[in-house]
Amino acid sequence: MSFPLLTATAALPAVGAIATAAVPAARRVAAKYTALAFSLGTLVLAIIAMVRFDPGGARYQLTESHTWVKNFGLHYDLGVDGIAVVMVALTALLIPFVMLAGWHDADPLEGPDPNRRWRPTQGFFALILLVEAMVVLSFEATDVFLFYIFFEAMLIPMYFLIGGFGDRAHPGGEEEAARQRSYAAVKFLLYNLVGGLIMLAAIIGLYAATARQLGTGTFSLQQILDARASGQFKLGTDTERWLFLGFFFAFAVKAPLWPLHTWLPNAMGEATSPVAVLITAVVDKVGTFAMLRFCLQLFPEASKWATPVILVLALISIIYGALLAVGQRDIKRLIAYASVSHFGFIILGIFAMTSQGESGATLYMVNHGISTAALMLVAGFLITRRGSRIIADFGGVQKVAPVLAGTFMIGGLATLSLPGLAPFVSEFLVLVGTFSRYPVLGIIATLGIVLAALYVLVLYQRTMTGPVKAGIEGMADLKVREVVVVAPLIALLLFLGVYPKPVADIVNPSVKHTLSDVHKTDPKPALEAKK
Amino acid sequence: METLIGLLVAAPLLGAGVLLTGGRRFDRTGHLLGTLFALLSFVFGMVLFVNMLGKNADDRALHSHLFTWVPVEGFQAQVGFQLDQLSMTFVLLITGVGTLIHIYSIGYMEHDERRRRFFGYLNLFLAAMLLLVLADNYLLLYAGWEGVGLASYLLIGFWQHKPSAATAAKKAFLVNRVGDMGLSIGIMLMFTTFGSFAFSNVLPRAAQAAGTQHATITGIGFMLLLAACGKSAQVPLQSWLGDAMEGPTPVSALIHAATMVTAGVYLIVRSGAIFNAAPDAQTAVVTVGAVTLLFGAIVGCAKDDIKKALAGSTMSQIGYMIMAAGLGPIGYVFAIMHLVTHGFFKAGLFLGAGSVMHGMNDEVDMRRYGGLRKFMPITFVTFGLGYLAIIGFPGLSGFFSKDKIIEAAYAKGGTEGWILGSAALLGAAITAFYMTRVMLMTFFGEKRWVPDAEGHEPHPHESPKSMTVPMIILAFGSVFAGGLFSINSSFVKWLEPVTGHSEGNSPVSTGTVTAATMVCLVIGVGIAWLMYGRRSVPAVAPRGSLVTRAARRDLLQDDFNHVVLVRGGEHLTRSLVYLDHSLVDGVVNGSAASVGGLSGRLRRLQNGYVRSYAVSMLGGTAVVVAATLLMRAV
Repeated sequence: MSFPLLTATAALPAVGAIATAAVPAARRVAAKYTALAFSLGTLVLAIIAMVRFDPGGARYQLTESHTWVKNFGLHYDLGVDGIAVVMVALTALLIPFVMLAGWHDADPLEGPDPNRRWRPTQGFFALILLVEAMVVLSFEATDVFLFYIFFEAMLIPMYFLIGGFGDRAHPGGEEEAARQRSYAAVKFLLYNLVGGLIMLAAIIGLYAATARQLGTGTFSLQQILDARASGQFKLGTDTERWLFLGFFFAFAVKAPLWPLHTWLPNAMGEATSPVAVLITAVVDKVGTFAMLRFCLQLFPEASKWATPVILVLALISIIYGALLAVGQRDIKRLIAYASVSHFGFIILGIFAMTSQGESGATLYMVNHGISTAALMLVAGFLITRRGSRIIADFGGVQKVAPVLAGTFMIGGLATLSLPGLAPFVSEFLVLVGTFSRYPVLGIIATLGIVLAALYVLVLYQRTMTGPVKAGIEGMADLKVREVVVVAPLIALLLFLGVYPKPVADIVNPSVKHTLSDVHKTDPKPALEAKK
Repeated sequence: METLIGLLVAAPLLGAGVLLTGGRRFDRTGHLLGTLFALLSFVFGMVLFVNMLGKNADDRALHSHLFTWVPVEGFQAQVGFQLDQLSMTFVLLITGVGTLIHIYSIGYMEHDERRRRFFGYLNLFLAAMLLLVLADNYLLLYAGWEGVGLASYLLIGFWQHKPSAATAAKKAFLVNRVGDMGLSIGIMLMFTTFGSFAFSNVLPRAAQAAGTQHATITGIGFMLLLAACGKSAQVPLQSWLGDAMEGPTPVSALIHAATMVTAGVYLIVRSGAIFNAAPDAQTAVVTVGAVTLLFGAIVGCAKDDIKKALAGSTMSQIGYMIMAAGLGPIGYVFAIMHLVTHGFFKAGLFLGAGSVMHGMNDEVDMRRYGGLRKFMPITFVTFGLGYLAIIGFPGLSGFFSKDKIIEAAYAKGGTEGWILGSAALLGAAITAFYMTRVMLMTFFGEKRWVPDAEGHEPHPHESPKSMTVPMIILAFGSVFAGGLFSINSSFVKWLEPVTGHSEGNSPVSTGTVTAATMVCLVIGVGIAWLMYGRRSVPAVAPRGSLVTRAARRDLLQDDFNHVVLVRGGEHLTRSLVYLDHSLVDGVVNGSAASVGGLSGRLRRLQNGYVRSYAVSMLGGTAVVVAATLLMRAV
């Protein structure tokens, strides 16, 4: 038996979480380095997986398959296609930056510390590793129930990260901060829990259908697809639609899609910036990823049936998210609404069901992860310095902290999809892919590029330019640790903006598979291409 | 030779990289390094130019494919360059004028503590602009297109501590993004029509496609026009250019006069094959051009800020170019010829204005100038030559290039030809008026100087050599370029293989057009002299007629924008923020509550049961996992 690389990629951070939690209370710094080391180790494994993945080979690779509960049809099945291997790599890449950016976020406060008993620093870093392990497993799981377990389980560490380590810079003071924080954490939990429960019902429904038609029930994606291909298994139209809706609802909450998005601004606003990055750049990606993997593969006909409504909701997300971002007074909520807009683009690309749309959506997931991390983490540095996240409290920062302002600008330019930076490539692909099938939707979505420029540049103008405001005068520029966080992200944004080929080459064959699942081919150009 | 094209772009890009990330160690040498990289690019351009001249007229295009940018099924975006006569013209203009303005900036920005960064941005601009004119496909062109927009944004807002500069920069970027939407949609239409957006694939097939895909080709034309309107400050997307004058004056000269704002003209001429096949789009182009050439000229008449008067003029002159480009093969060559001569004289005029401001404590109000010719002789002479060139004084550059456009407009034929020709003539008269006004108010008459805000009396003096030498070189161009281009129709012959050219049938003879232009010129200059030369200029602007007051406010277009877009947008976003909180959030929470009593629980949880709830969650999960494991054992 070959080395179980995929299991190892998830097991390493899980072991790291335990190791970190076990570090004695007094050795806070040791705990941080332990966690960082495990996250870097995971990154190495993820890179090995990406290198070993052969884009020209089988659809699912590095597969591991064990029967877990036989008479229950439950398998420990792991495998990655091009999309999953890239998402695992993104996750493993972002975690070390999240940790470094949040290096002091969980340090005990001065004076009597009510949290002393449960070692906040150890907890913070252990929880991040735990989230990583579960996210990685949900990208890797090819058994529907196995996926569900991790999809739900990651809510628990996320809940504690949001509720337990909130932003100290709160407009309403300490007490109000604690109140808002627990509200945000509970809202996050309940929204996602309800989504998950509905999905659980659909999963059981799917199991029942397989049990009825195949004799033995199964959760294995591969077994279900094989049975369908051979004609042994076929879902009735209505059943397929109901099951699709059950799955899609859970993913739409997580992604999040309008109108299920309202938990995101609360969660991202109240959490610390690194945790906000964890939410939007890592955890939420499981939602859009699962649409590609489970909705389109398991329920191709129902996916096509629901497409018109989903496209319209995605379009609303794009425009609505951007308009709300324009209207925000709080930096972090602004970035959260910008993410709502960006998730709209991703979902639009997925359900346009064209090569450009799907490849664009996948690249979008990666690029949005990196660009939002860059913007949000710099915003976090900014907020920590000023002790406020209200836009009006800033002004003239570029005068006192030019490097911080410069990196904030680049993060912003990536968010508005400037060509030369990675998000442009994916956004344009999504637009082209949508336009080639639905011209009107494509044109409306293009409005998003104007609105993105509006919210980014207004944010930059109000915080960074103009006369230096009171409370900004002594602001320090980026420290070495912070530069170490931001510089590689910016370098990646530039590299993937100019040369996205390495990632695109891994993703493309999987996109082809997905499109053949739904029996869709790209619209032909009106005129035959010239030879 | 092909490698040299890449180096042409790489040199200033490297410069930008070094200057912007190199940190303080380059503070003392940054301006020299930046200028060196610009000069290097110009030298590469000259080598390529000489090489190109050595080849047959029809065989001059060079292609250089670097790598595949975006490889996705059906969508292959390449990074490749195409250097033909049209691109070559732009390369020389961009790197030539660009280098001169780098040199000028050494003196102009001498006392600015962020000079290194300024040169970094200028280098970035050069790289993006070269990418724009050298790209061999529309997507790469789009990268350059937004790149120059970014450089423009950074440079307009260079003095960010001034709120007016930051606002102007943001406005420029936003208005341009509206235009960029047009370019995006245009590219998408090309993709769905031709399966490609490479020049070599789209342009040769445009004529044939017009047969079956007429509406689409027209649509592409309109979208490209929208893009051009944004970048080239044409009505209705012109409002940003006046505010862009907040940027340092060398920026106004390079980006907002000589090069970037002419990118729209490049786009239309480059896409000539599409416009030739879409007459409706062409009509729209000439209409935009004709309206803007009058609009800009009228605004230019009313401004007391010397840079804003020149900005109005830029808008108007680009209107001429856009109109010429909309005329099709009769006009393409002359659009580009006017673009080049305008590059010389308008850059020269702006540098002159910068030199005046340099000597006058950064005062921009012409009502506070007067009588400067004795104090700044070189500035006076070079500015004066630029002035004569732009009003079309016989023998100078503008005379040749503008006359050709007016002729071409008449040659369009029919009523359209008469309207366009007459608009162009009227524009020439107004140009003569407002430029004479600028000239008289600045250099003639009595001194109307006032101390600046800190009480410093102005002591006008000639600028240092680093500033005057570029002005002198540009003045040479303003005087001779037009004549040089017209000997033997050399410019027409140079560009014809790329753009095509036809003479058209003008209902009026060349002699008549020239005579009419001269009459207009004399009338314009005469009125200006009566108003500002013979009479003394009041130090405070008179109230003025309704038209004058409207023109001072950019013909109320900004007010319209403010009321409809800014205010309307604010109301929209504010109500959406409210609705998102009260309605969307409320309904979703509420409907969940009706299912499971969620909201009651939510409220209770907020009151301190959070941890217990979470623990029970955790416990629940543990039970599930344990149960699963147990089942396995069974």
